[in-house]
Amino acid sequence: MSFRIATRLAGARFVAPRAARTFATTPRVNVVIKKYTQDHEWISLDTEDASKIATVGITSYAAQSLGDVVYVELPPLTSPVLAGEPFGAVESVKSASDIMSPVAGEVVAVNEALNDKPSIINASPEGEGWIVKLKVKSLEAEGLMEEAEYKKFTEE
Amino acid sequence: MLPRTLRLTCARTALPRTTTKSVFTIAVRKYTSPAGVPPVELKKTPLHDLHVAAGAKMVPFAGYSMPVTYADQGLAESHKHVRTKAGLFDVSHMVQHRFTGPAALPFLQSLTPSDLSKLLPNTSTLSCFLHPVTGGIVDDLMITLHGPEDFYVVSNAACAEKDLAYISENLSSFPRRSEVEHTVLDGQGLIALQGPESMLILNEFLLHCLGDTASCPDLKKFLFGQTMFVDSPYGKLHVARGGYTGEDGFEISIPKEHTVAVTKELLEIGKGDRVKLAGLGARDTLRLEAGMCLYGHDLDDSTTPIEAGLKWLVGKDRVAEGGFHGHETISRQYADWKQVPRRRVGFTIEKGAPAREGAEIVDPATGEVLGKITSGCPSPTLGTNIAMGYIKSGFHKAGTEVAVKVRGKTRQATVAKMPFVKANYWKGE
Repeated sequence: MSFRIATRLAGARFVAPRAARTFATTPRVNVVIKKYTQDHEWISLDTEDASKIATVGITSYAAQSLGDVVYVELPPLTSPVLAGEPFGAVESVKSASDIMSPVAGEVVAVNEALNDKPSIINASPEGEGWIVKLKVKSLEAEGLMEEAEYKKFTEE
Repeated sequence: MLPRTLRLTCARTALPRTTTKSVFTIAVRKYTSPAGVPPVELKKTPLHDLHVAAGAKMVPFAGYSMPVTYADQGLAESHKHVRTKAGLFDVSHMVQHRFTGPAALPFLQSLTPSDLSKLLPNTSTLSCFLHPVTGGIVDDLMITLHGPEDFYVVSNAACAEKDLAYISENLSSFPRRSEVEHTVLDGQGLIALQGPESMLILNEFLLHCLGDTASCPDLKKFLFGQTMFVDSPYGKLHVARGGYTGEDGFEISIPKEHTVAVTKELLEIGKGDRVKLAGLGARDTLRLEAGMCLYGHDLDDSTTPIEAGLKWLVGKDRVAEGGFHGHETISRQYADWKQVPRRRVGFTIEKGAPAREGAEIVDPATGEVLGKITSGCPSPTLGTNIAMGYIKSGFHKAGTEVAVKVRGKTRQATVAKMPFVKANYWKGE
């Protein structure tokens, strides 16, 4: 669920999901944390979700800077990733960019849709253009920024 | 303004890593001087403010602040616009020279392998400055003959310092140095109008400038490789038919103070959808599709013109006569391909990750490293991955199946003829 909410309200730090988008039978407040890296990735996690599965992608700012994405190299499932280490790459006409993992974790899902249509990353970098889902312990890692801080960082 | 990271071009955690670069460094890398001197204060071309007003993404390139892309078009879109309509590039950062005097011809011939004595007046040729003994390429350049004692030369911005030192050093030891005058046309504007609509747009511009059809040059009789001067209200313009995209087009040299006005007028004539400003990004992918070299990437000081696939610019009589830098090496390679250890060739690469500069080329049968990719990108025109690079002689024939390594993975590649996209030069009706 965390991803859906993040998609809907990309950019929000703490968002309460619409009732219609949760399948919980009783109302509850989901708390989605979304953070950003200096390498221009985002990671979001629903802290109420006990499975601790976070979603990772590249930011709108990064997608715009890269231009037309033509290929995305995805990692194999179950591979471990380390914070600040590359797990895949995004290729545009202009350049190739590593995708760095914001935190340590294990790859539990990859966005297969990107194989056929890498341009989804340009259309919806912080939504349908997510790249992987990671099983994580927490979103605590060095250098992760909140939205406002990241925005300021990109404007520097 | 330029941000720092988003790292680039490497392998996954488990794989051996070669480099880690940012997307922004890569944009800069592609377009930065091989000398790599990060300038404290970037120079501006006469069109700098016009670029900024058009929402250009500006990057440092060869000591200048230059546009990579503009707000209205992404790289691929801009690229396709040039192939289908027209693009206008600011190339004022390039170095424009004049060599005049009775010994201008022998001086230039002592530095280059070109037979400039066979060049017709008001025509241009690609050439290169060579290093003594090794015959390595100092820089590639366009040389235009205006008169028997008057040459106009355009060289790369990224090599400006090196070239000027090379010219002055060679001139000071040239016996007839007092009969050669070398001038750098400092601040002179240079723009490139490229694409199938270029002729119509320039024709309208000339009609507008010159007022009547009688004094207007007939562009249909002005062919690829030819040049002319136009006395216009914007001063004396030098127009050369050709360019760096493989399309029909013109490179227009303009007095500094009129560069903005000429550019604005061309944009006005082509407004709507005919001509759009295009930046270094499209310039790089267009020239790669056209199979043209970018100095510092596909050519360098250790590469001879023969290895670089530029044998055609070496004059046959020059090889026989000698008297130019690197003659011994070049004549040996000219006479016998066995003396050429590696060759610049094109590659098409299987669907998936494109191979870019630095990727190793290997023999799929033995794993032997055969060479390196020097430029590569997904071709916006073809939709496939294209590249050029140097490969060990023997593997250079078109159709040869090889492999390239991209982030540790082996990908199929095939040696291909260049250009990748058919040239569209104006050679008459």
